[in-house]
Amino acid sequence: MAIVATGISDSEDDLLHRVRPPDWRNPQPRNPYDLIIIGAGPAGLTAAELAARRGLRVALIERDRIGGNSLNSGSIPSKAIIRAARVLVSLRDEEDFGATAFDRPRTDFGAVMARMRRIRSRVAEYHSVDRLCARGIDVFLSDARFEGPHVLTAGDSRLTFKKAIIATGARPEPPNVPGLEQIGYLTSDSIFQLNALPKRLGVIGGGPLGCELAQAFCRLGSQVTIVQNDPKFLPHEDRDAAELLSLSMSRDGVITRLNTTVVGARRDDGGKWLETVSDGVKLDVAVDDVLLSIGRVPNVEGLGLEAADVQFDANLGIHVDEFLQTTNVDVYAAGDVCQPDQFTNVAQSCARLAVRNAFGAREHRQGRLTIPWCTYCDPEIAHIGLHVREARRQSIPVKSFTVMMQDVDRAITDGLDDGFVKIHVREGTDQILGATIVATRAGELINEMSVIMSAGIGMRRLAEILHTYPAQSDAIRMAAVAYLDDEPVLLDDQPALLVDPVPRD
Amino acid sequence: MRAELQALDELTDDALLERLQRGAFSYLTEYANPSNGLVCDTSRAASPCSIAVVGFALSCYPVGVERGWLARSHAATLTRNTLRFFGQSAQSEAPDATGYKGFYYHFLDMQSGRRVWQCELSPIDTALLMAGILTAGRYFDGAGVEAEIRGLSDALFASVDWQWAQNGQDTVSQGWKPECGFLNSGWEGYNEATIAYVLGAGSPTHPLPGSSFCAWTLHYQWENMLGQDVLYSGPLFTHLFSHAWIDYRGIQDAFMREKRSDYFHNTQSAIAVHREYAARNPRGYAGYGRDLWGITAGDGPGNREMRQDSRDRRFFGYMSRGVPYGPDDGTIAPWAMLATLPFEPEAALRGTRHLLRSYPQVCAEDRLSSGFNPTLDPTQGGWLSEGWYGLDQGLLVMMIENHRSGLIWEITRQSPVIRAGLIGAGFTGGWL
Repeated sequence: MAIVATGISDSEDDLLHRVRPPDWRNPQPRNPYDLIIIGAGPAGLTAAELAARRGLRVALIERDRIGGNSLNSGSIPSKAIIRAARVLVSLRDEEDFGATAFDRPRTDFGAVMARMRRIRSRVAEYHSVDRLCARGIDVFLSDARFEGPHVLTAGDSRLTFKKAIIATGARPEPPNVPGLEQIGYLTSDSIFQLNALPKRLGVIGGGPLGCELAQAFCRLGSQVTIVQNDPKFLPHEDRDAAELLSLSMSRDGVITRLNTTVVGARRDDGGKWLETVSDGVKLDVAVDDVLLSIGRVPNVEGLGLEAADVQFDANLGIHVDEFLQTTNVDVYAAGDVCQPDQFTNVAQSCARLAVRNAFGAREHRQGRLTIPWCTYCDPEIAHIGLHVREARRQSIPVKSFTVMMQDVDRAITDGLDDGFVKIHVREGTDQILGATIVATRAGELINEMSVIMSAGIGMRRLAEILHTYPAQSDAIRMAAVAYLDDEPVLLDDQPALLVDPVPRD
Repeated sequence: MRAELQALDELTDDALLERLQRGAFSYLTEYANPSNGLVCDTSRAASPCSIAVVGFALSCYPVGVERGWLARSHAATLTRNTLRFFGQSAQSEAPDATGYKGFYYHFLDMQSGRRVWQCELSPIDTALLMAGILTAGRYFDGAGVEAEIRGLSDALFASVDWQWAQNGQDTVSQGWKPECGFLNSGWEGYNEATIAYVLGAGSPTHPLPGSSFCAWTLHYQWENMLGQDVLYSGPLFTHLFSHAWIDYRGIQDAFMREKRSDYFHNTQSAIAVHREYAARNPRGYAGYGRDLWGITAGDGPGNREMRQDSRDRRFFGYMSRGVPYGPDDGTIAPWAMLATLPFEPEAALRGTRHLLRSYPQVCAEDRLSSGFNPTLDPTQGGWLSEGWYGLDQGLLVMMIENHRSGLIWEITRQSPVIRAGLIGAGFTGGWL
């Protein structure tokens, strides 16, 4: 049964006041600017705040809301909903913990969404328009368009600059499925505006957002069918991680259609249908709402990039070199508009590099970043560094040291023992090449691996680093102890760790 | 039946193996169609033929001859009929053909031999069939019917277009259907398909290039887990299927040379992982222990759920179960421990005897069932798969024989195709 949300307006008013005040007036330009940034998502905000801290004259232009996808339609709202879904699941398992006072919990979807909106508004405060202005940043809430290599317009204002960073992000691109436009669909831009829980939700695409929301909405009470083209979820992740996720989704009740393509959509007297094909076998899936989580395209249109001599591709985004410099030597790009790895932390890190390269020695390369990332399903799936297949393609002898969470004391006591820690090591050395973690809090555990790899710590040293006991992160130390138990013969001629230190502002 | 099983347990090791091997062998003749050689996938009513089971059966008939369970002339006739059927069967893109491009559909009608269930044209199952055809072609070295077997064996193997099955890629596709072409799902990681790459590399007519085997091994995962260094693959059968035909002792491909191991030793490591996992028994399933293990592909209780010890249990039907990542629903394959006999004889026999003592219902007519779950329906003696599966019985016959006499390995070591395939895939050393 659909439940109407309440208390939306206060949170939304607060949010708007912070990310796009209704009465906003653009400031008088202070030309020329040292740096103009187009786009106020994670990359744009990071670049603007770093440049302002360095005393540069900065203008930040945003055509929609401050915060970009991450705040408004990505990481923040999805994690708020995922948290609510996890609470509901843990309440359903209360009997295992000796708590029997509860009736089977029911979902108040309106309350879930209201909480999400409150959280979004609260997080927005940290990068609000008021705060940006207080840092000395000129904020223009307008469309931006280059008029020449060092000049652009923001609304009615003409701005000139010494350097610019394009950080306009990306947006969902609906697939070309006949009938889809007619039956309608949700994307990450619109699903967080729902006021009623979909009874039957069809999710097209088994990437990170599709998996996260499929599981969360199923836990909240929707009947969810997820359709994925590939034979497994999260095609870029380890097979074992993806298969554990499949099992977990099935356990939650998500109907999974792997290796299946949506070839059409229609509406008839029986409702809405997704028409699918798998290995030649056709199957119709009944839905009330459809969520698209495949296909994103960079926001490059309408920017006048040609006038600024900035080359781009409509699908791949703005062309940048390893220093994030575009074909205009004074224009850089960062974030989803130019990156294949579309993660908030990547966008922020690249933005820092772009500012450093634009105003200092041109020596910071994006390709040498060690990027941790995480898909926030339950269990979470996180990774950093090389995958085994990547190492093998590079003819690097690799060995993985695996600890199952079901063998970790704290995971057992918590009743959260699904998953594993795998640390990939260059065989014959103790050099850590990468790690994959599947665990309830893998997104937190992977950060320990990020520190370890950035500091150049090898397996021998890691085995000696004390961890609290009991702790889920002890799985990382246990993997290193397994390495010691394995007694490898260390070779003398191996190169030092190739991972760059984390850049500091 | 109970008395019969108590008698089983009292037998010496040799006598026990004789009983269980013969029981398994009898499936392959009892559930075969003698006119075309097709063998039922399972003992259940209306079961179609699985071409993989036919491959196992063709490899087991020589065992029956050597053990005195089947007259050589009878075995030769049955084998000849089988090969004749495949040689004369419909090969085309038609949806009800028997095969295409020298490959065969996974499941065939037992009488007509035509495709059923809209199943896939299967390179891996064709490889298992061809392994049996090559084994028969090497074993039957006489005149008359046996000469015809050799001719048919060579012709059938030569007609398999392995290069077509690459579909323009380095690796071999998992399948093809007339309705949609090549299947989307690709092989990833080590599994039972090694035999397909070895046979493909040994083809005199359409050989897979050396790069194909390299591409296949690119997704290998060399892991230290549960105290073992192992080329990881979860389901136990993946460490046994290729090995039933190929004697991997002492021969190494590039990967195993790098790891200073071989595929025989790797199976021993995998067995150790399975035993350790069962001893730790992280999910608290009934029965599991160092002498009760064997999580692999096989029949299961079906999609059922139950609440036990304050936790939700979820069960599955026929599927590939694995260790340690799962899926694991408490279902073991009663045949699996015994099938590891050539690799870890003591563990295989200890486990099988423990199983027969603890759960005698898993063995009927001297045949071990496909799946057993003592966690589910414990008051009823646990869930037990109905009847038997041909793959299990065929593998058991071959593995027991490899342990007892090494017959299958001895035959295939003489096969020019297998030797050429192994060399083409980069294997060196040992008996090569």
